[in-house]
Amino acid sequence: MPRLVSHPDEVKIVTQRFGKGAAKIATYLKLGGYQAAKKCLEQGPDWIIDELKASNLRGRGGAGFPTGLKWSFVPKQSAKPKYVLVNGDESEPGTCKDHLIFLHDPHAVIEGTIIAGLAIGAKLGFIYLRGEYRYLLEIMEKAVADAYAKGFLGKNIFGSDTEFQIITQTGAGAYEVGEESALMESLEGKRGVPRIKPPFPAVVGLYGGPTVINNAETIATVPHVIAMGAAAYSAVGTPRNGGTRLFGISGHVARPGVYELPMGYNLKRMVYEVAGGVKGGRGLKAVIPGGSSTPVLLPEEIDIGMDFDQVGKAGSMLGSGGVVVIDDQTCIVEFALRTISFYQHESCGWCIPCREGTDWIKKSLTRFHAGFGEAKDIDNIQYLAENMLGRTFCPLGDAAAMPILGFVKKFRKEFEEHLNGKACAFAKHVDLAVV
Amino acid sequence: MSEETMTVFSPKLAARFDALVLKYPLRRSALVPMLLYAQDEIGYLSDSVIAEVAERIGITELDVRNVASYYSMLRFKPVGKYNVQVCTNISCMLAGAYDIYERFQEELGLGPKGVTADGVFSLEEVECIGACCWAPAIQVNYDFHDELKPDLVPGIVSGYRGRAEKESAHA
Repeated sequence: MPRLVSHPDEVKIVTQRFGKGAAKIATYLKLGGYQAAKKCLEQGPDWIIDELKASNLRGRGGAGFPTGLKWSFVPKQSAKPKYVLVNGDESEPGTCKDHLIFLHDPHAVIEGTIIAGLAIGAKLGFIYLRGEYRYLLEIMEKAVADAYAKGFLGKNIFGSDTEFQIITQTGAGAYEVGEESALMESLEGKRGVPRIKPPFPAVVGLYGGPTVINNAETIATVPHVIAMGAAAYSAVGTPRNGGTRLFGISGHVARPGVYELPMGYNLKRMVYEVAGGVKGGRGLKAVIPGGSSTPVLLPEEIDIGMDFDQVGKAGSMLGSGGVVVIDDQTCIVEFALRTISFYQHESCGWCIPCREGTDWIKKSLTRFHAGFGEAKDIDNIQYLAENMLGRTFCPLGDAAAMPILGFVKKFRKEFEEHLNGKACAFAKHVDLAVV
Repeated sequence: MSEETMTVFSPKLAARFDALVLKYPLRRSALVPMLLYAQDEIGYLSDSVIAEVAERIGITELDVRNVASYYSMLRFKPVGKYNVQVCTNISCMLAGAYDIYERFQEELGLGPKGVTADGVFSLEEVECIGACCWAPAIQVNYDFHDELKPDLVPGIVSGYRGRAEKESAHA
């Protein structure tokens, strides 16, 4: 079972019911559950969207798009049905926060989905979990069935004349399906190949209808925003970055875990205080701030606030909030190889720069790691990565290129040390098996 | 295909399928979950599973194969009764996942993607399974095992071996 952790600096909003048995609907109700949805039903769509805008809640999937604004893009009148999609495909390496939300607070996801449905005028919502999360799907299915039994879902939710239904399902193993248009393709029973944008999902989404798609953490946050009020929620974070974030700290730290901290919380303090510093008292080599696709930060670069804007200014991204800490006994070339192997495996091959780029970088790094690198390979890897950026339908190409560029630029010396048949100083797995 | 000739799906699986297609606005939306449920019951996507899913959804077998080949959890060959999936992605790698993977290889006498002669175990290296903060982690079928150490591997193996023996004794 995933272990729950705690730290005095945490501000428990989204995680306030974790470990309290809130997967049971009676407990969830006792802890104030479904009050936010009822309030939203009374207040109506414009009020909900205004609250969300005022809360400064931004998408927790990675891109950080303002949630209220996203919802406001859905046309009020539509010939085709509108849909809400909850993206629980959580696949970015380093990220496991939604795992805990589905496990400990499934009704918060349901309640948030209902509120999103009320805001945009949808009658159907989908909660899509990654295929590996079968036990979490079963928890969600039970929660949805209980919500139906209580009349919170169905033709007349909370005794009103408003209808809202929820369908839960899982994928079957595909990182790319975490991308919004690919997820829609998957839900339509197809390969998860991304769609070209525009049109954006708010206009043409699932089954061609206007669709709001949000990350599971965003959706689970929505009822709390309504319950505590937009102003109070927004006050927790930094300007334009409302509230808290579930930061999953993993890798070489003494106390890995998912911690709920205010947006803008200092990354250095997160590593050294919250997560207990580098494991075994070793030195810090690097930190990946927001999942494996975000460019690496050096120890001298981590004295920054963890919000979308500040991490962006530092040359990386807040991404999914998956902080991966790397100690000084780690080979960056090996780490880069493992990273690109993942993206090469997950590239769907639809866009040539991504398909070819990930493959060539993986080949080059494999050779490099084995001690057969040539000086020109370093520039070549950088050239390949630069030519993937912005040249693909979906962000998988960027997700693969960005971290590689970071490694090559910031650790060029370490790449050079691998030249001329020199064995890797750190490598433990010279023939690093790759999936 | 008439009902009588549909021999691959158990009555339970067929009922699940029927309920599933009714839920969605579009019948085809049941395809991906249905392939997974069929695989759970039958072990892999055999030719006859693909034929039956195609028939039930109302699309061609080629279309089903085209979709199924996209998803890494869907497979066209049988694996062991207990499929051990060791995550070696970055967070798990930093926490010693390759040591776990090697220990499973020794313990089971298997290489990557191998299946034991008795068909009880298979072993593979997989991408991130969403247990990064509890690394290193593995899945055996859908069960998670986290915060592993190499010395915990024999216990995990014997636990599943015991389950397999118990089940075959009952069979």
